[in-house]
This record gives sequence, structure tokens and C-alpha cells, in this order.
Amino acid sequence: MSTRAKPAPRLPGQDADAGTWTDKARRWLLAKLPPDKLLPGDQPIYVMSWAYVFGMGAVASLVWIIASGVVLGLNGPQWYHVSPLGGFVNSSHLWSVELFFIFMVVHLWLKFWMAAWRGGRVLTWITGMLSFIVSIVAAFTGYLLQTNFDSQWIAFEAKDALNSVGVGAWFNVANLGQIFVWHITLLPLAVGAVVVLHALLVRVHGVVPPLDASEDDAQLSTNTVEVGGNPPGAGRQVAPATSLTPAEPKDAAL
Amino acid sequence: MAGWLVNGAATVGAGTYFGWDGFTIQSGNLIVIAVMVILFILALLLPFPGGKGRK
Amino acid sequence: MTGKGAATSWQKRDDVAGRPWTGRVREYDLLKELTIGVVVVGLMVLGVSALFGAPDEPSVSLKSWAASAPADFVATAAKELAGTSDTAGYGPPYNSTPDASQKIGPVDLQSLPGVRLPVDTAQDFVIGPLEQLPSPPAALADWTAATEQQRSDWASAYSDALAAAPDNDPAKVADGSYGPVPALTGALADMARQGTLDGVLQGGGTFYNLDYTLSLLFLGDGSYFPGLAASQHLSGDQWGVMNETGDTPGQSWLWLFSLLYQVEPFKSSPNADALAVVTMAVLTVLLTLLSFIPGLRSIPRKLPVHRLIWKDYYRHR
Ligand code: HEM
Repeated sequence: MSTRAKPAPRLPGQDADAGTWTDKARRWLLAKLPPDKLLPGDQPIYVMSWAYVFGMGAVASLVWIIASGVVLGLNGPQWYHVSPLGGFVNSSHLWSVELFFIFMVVHLWLKFWMAAWRGGRVLTWITGMLSFIVSIVAAFTGYLLQTNFDSQWIAFEAKDALNSVGVGAWFNVANLGQIFVWHITLLPLAVGAVVVLHALLVRVHGVVPPLDASEDDAQLSTNTVEVGGNPPGAGRQVAPATSLTPAEPKDAAL
Repeated sequence: MAGWLVNGAATVGAGTYFGWDGFTIQSGNLIVIAVMVILFILALLLPFPGGKGRK
Repeated sequence: MTGKGAATSWQKRDDVAGRPWTGRVREYDLLKELTIGVVVVGLMVLGVSALFGAPDEPSVSLKSWAASAPADFVATAAKELAGTSDTAGYGPPYNSTPDASQKIGPVDLQSLPGVRLPVDTAQDFVIGPLEQLPSPPAALADWTAATEQQRSDWASAYSDALAAAPDNDPAKVADGSYGPVPALTGALADMARQGTLDGVLQGGGTFYNLDYTLSLLFLGDGSYFPGLAASQHLSGDQWGVMNETGDTPGQSWLWLFSLLYQVEPFKSSPNADALAVVTMAVLTVLLTLLSFIPGLRSIPRKLPVHRLIWKDYYRHR
């Protein structure tokens, strides 16, 4: 026989009163990044420029870097020297890295000119820079792993810079075993983690509005019901609006 | 080179370099940098398609 | 709003940029864009790889060095015995040569780890490997029995004589008091030509090895290996930091680091590496913290490139 009062069964999604760490974490996460922010079906009207495709270009290149890298790694470091297919996969690895950096650098330039750190987005900028820095180190260790003349020479030259600041003793570019671990596990994991964080932060904050956007822009007049007519101030080529963002209370921003 | 179509050549050439007055740039790097600048400019100038699909 | 500069500040304010967007929206399909991106970039990667491939210049071994440039090999071995090679005078982390480390002002980061990867050039590059031979040269005993002073006198004298000889050819060296040194360096060159030295230097006679520190330092002390690199524009004073062999693009993102080595005060400084690394670190931190730096962070507002980026939006205001 039990005299304990049983708590009412909780429905999934119902906010529990209990203050467990897990409860708090879930609530924090859902508030920061509700599913419709994580996987949005629309974007603000100003997200309408080629400037926005370069981040995705970098992500796509990263996918190819990892795919080709896995094939190279699983076949062992000697494979690509002797097999035409291996040579091709090695080329793909190199070229996806070159494309990755091309996209990333253009992305960086564009985000600078957009001053995309505004409105509480500074961590997005900082994680972007971290992706850049970690990617540079990752690419460098890749060059060291080529096991050919180029990697020999890069190791020989680079040791001086690393030794001059006391790093070379632990990060020994001539020790292939060490470099292998850095290049095929630690650094890719780091790049992946920072990029995921970066992309999640973009989703959390939403894309930064134009520098000169002001409260009285036509595109901001939320209260206009844009059904069955041209929204005020919009050109004639603009199709009638059929939906609006769910109105969020101003201070719901986190 | 170990590319698919160019497979066979055992060693690469000395490369093509441009430069003057202590400034040197290798052709591949020059092209990559040029491509970045061109992409940047195109991203600014090209109209983005789908302007009609606005809601 | 406080002042115009505030518009590009990192701080979150109650303005259009600081609030969630409540204005008009357009349809957007994140996963479709990702998929298209992966497919398009994939086609680009495969296409460019098929067209250009990637360079794969074979590595240099001690064997190929001794075979292609025997005089350079012997001269380098003599310097290793004399303790006058680059490696012998390198300082930390390989040895404790006084005043060899690079400094940033008064700060000596290079000496911090101490001699963590010790290299004794005479012992590790020459004497030790020769002792591994099935029948070590008799000259080894003379070397071992001699005093430090005697050894360095012999080796330095031979090193100078080689430099003075026609074509630096060991066979044409003038007579002198070189002790066992010519026999030792000659035996080492034979060992290298036969391919035995590569294995011994790398693995110290063991089966497994992934550490190429000794072989690489020895190779770099000669002029054959750096000469090959220079012919490929890979040296530091040729912007080599960012170059790849042939015409394939290299690490062009290192352009600024590469550039520093071409200009003063870096170019002629004995601390060039340390200064370049620290300069790059500072600049990288500045770029990372750009949004906290008044003036720099306002550039995007003063040079309105953004009018082109958001031309669609501005047109419909
Ligand atoms: C591994 C490299 C990188 C990847 C995969 C990446 C990916 C992305 C993606 C997918 C977006 C959203 C779409 C877009 O605006 O393009 C984005 C936005 C952003 N990225 Fe990156 N990025 C990388 C590096 C960088 C770098 C180096 C910076 C600058 C230092 C940077 C700064 C930003 C900023 C500030 C945003 C927010 C844009 C906004 O709110 O409009 N990212 N990034």
C-alpha cells in the first residue's frame, strides 16, 4: 500500500516543473533553438543575394573533403602514390580543400562587408574565424602527410617557425605518427565541431538584417496583411504574400 | 601528376612563376586568388534569381 | 541609437539587427540548398581533379642524395662530425647551443621546452649508424679513442679541405691531418648509397618507425635537398611557404605569412621566424576580435559595399 502522492503523468513536451539539469538543458535548448528556427521554411526578405551561398559552399566542400579523406585514410598512406584511382582520390581531396578555402575566404570577405557580427552575432563571427584558423592548421598537417617531396620540404621549413615559438618540441612536423593523429582525427573533429557550432549560431540568431535597414522600411511593416494584394511599397513584380513569419514577441530573443 | 586524364607523367615541371622586384607568385596560387576576387565581385553584381518567388 | 559608430558595434541593441526579424519573408529550403551545394561542388571537385590531378614529386632519400650528390653528402657528414652543421648549431629543441634560439624582444620562447628532441650530430648521424654495420670501419676506434679537441680539429680540417677541393670532390682533397674522418665519411656515403642508412637513421635498427626527425635534419644540412626545393620555388625567400610543386595551387591562404619573410625587418632578422609567427598571431587575433575594435568595425559602413549585397532590399524600401 502506498501513501505517496503520485505526480500526474507528464505529457511529452509538457514543461516539467522539476528543476533537474536535464530539464533545464532541454528548456534552454528549445528556447534558444526551436525546431522551426533550426530548420526554417522561410528566410527574411533580404536573404536574397549570391553573398549567402558561400557558407553553404564551404559546408559542401567540407563534405567532399571528409569523404575523399576517409577513402584515402582507409587505403593507407602509400596507396595514392601507386594507384591511378588513388591518385584521383588524392586529387579530389586536394581540390575540395582548395574550393573549401576559396568559398570560406569569399564568405569571410562578404561577412565583413555586411558587418554580420551586428545585433549580438559576435560569436558567429568568432566561431567563423576559429573555423578558418583550425582549417589552416588542418590543411597544413595534410600537406605534411603527403609522404612525397613536397611534404618533406614543408616539414623541413616549417619546423623553424614552430621551434622559434617553442611549439616544435611537441608538435614535431617530422614525426609522421604525430601528424597522422592530428590530421585524420583531432583536427577534422575540431573543424567539424566549430563549423557545427557556427552554423547553429547562425540559426539561433537569424540572418543579420541589412546595414541600413530601419524601422520604417516597407518590408518591416508586419501589420500589413499581405493577402490578395500587393504589399505597400513593394514593386509590382512582387507576388502576393501568402504567409508571414509567426509573430514573435520582441523580447523572446535570447 | 596523378590525375585521371594526366596520369603517367612522373614528375612535375618547375612551375610557372610571375613576379617582379622580390614579389613572386606561382600560377596556381595566382589563379586561386583571382577566382576568389572574381567570385566576390560576381556575388555583388549578379542579380539573385527567384526574386519573383517571394512570399 | 547612440552615435553612428554604434551601428556596427558588437553589442546587441534594441534595433532592427538586434531583434528577431518580424518583417516580410521569402520561401527558403535549407536542405534543398545543401543538397544542390553538395552536388554542384562535387561536380566541380571531380571535374577539376580529372583535369589537373595533383602533383606527387617523389621524396628524396639519403640514398638518392648520396648517389646524386656524393660530394655534398660527404661534406655534410664532415660538418656533422665537426659540429658545424645547421643542426649542430640549432639550439632547442635539438641541442643547447648557446645563443642559438630566436627571441621576440627579450622573450625566448624557443628555449622554453628545453632540449626535448636531443640530436648529437656526430653520434646520431655518423658514428651511431656506422656502428650498426656488420663490419664497422676500423677508423671508428680511432675516433672513439680521440679527445673532443682532436676530433673537432680533424673534422674541421677535413671540412675546410673539402670546401677548397676542386668540385669539392673527396678524391681530390689536399693532404692534411684529418685522422679517421675521411674513412668515416666515406664509409657513411657507401652505407647511404646502399640504402642502409635510411633505415638505420629512421628506425635505429627497429622494425617500425614513423619518426623522420633525424633523416630530415640530416638531409636539410646538405645543399642537395634545399637546392631541389629552391628549383621548385619552395624556399622561404621565394614565397615558398605558400607554394606547391609544379603549377598546382598551394596554401595561398598563407600569403601574408609568406610575404612577411620577404620584407624588412623580418627578412634580415635572425629572429625572422619568431617575429613572423607572433605578427601573424596578433593580426589573426585582431581579425577575430574585429567587432570590438572601433574604427575597423565601421569600415563596412563607411565603404558601403553592402548596398550591392542587399540591393534587392534597398530597392524595395
Ligand atoms: C569552415 C568554414 C565556414 C563555414 C562552413 C561557414 C558556414 C556558414 C554558413 C552555412 C552560414 C549561413 C549562410 C551564409 O550566410 O553564408 C554562415 C554564416 C556566417 N558566417 Fe560562416 N562559415 C565558415 C567560416 C566563416 C568565417 C571565416 C567567417 C568570418 C570570420 C564567418 C562568418 C560568418 C558570419 C558572421 C555569419 C552570419 C551571417 C549572417 O548573420 O548573415 N564564417 N557561415
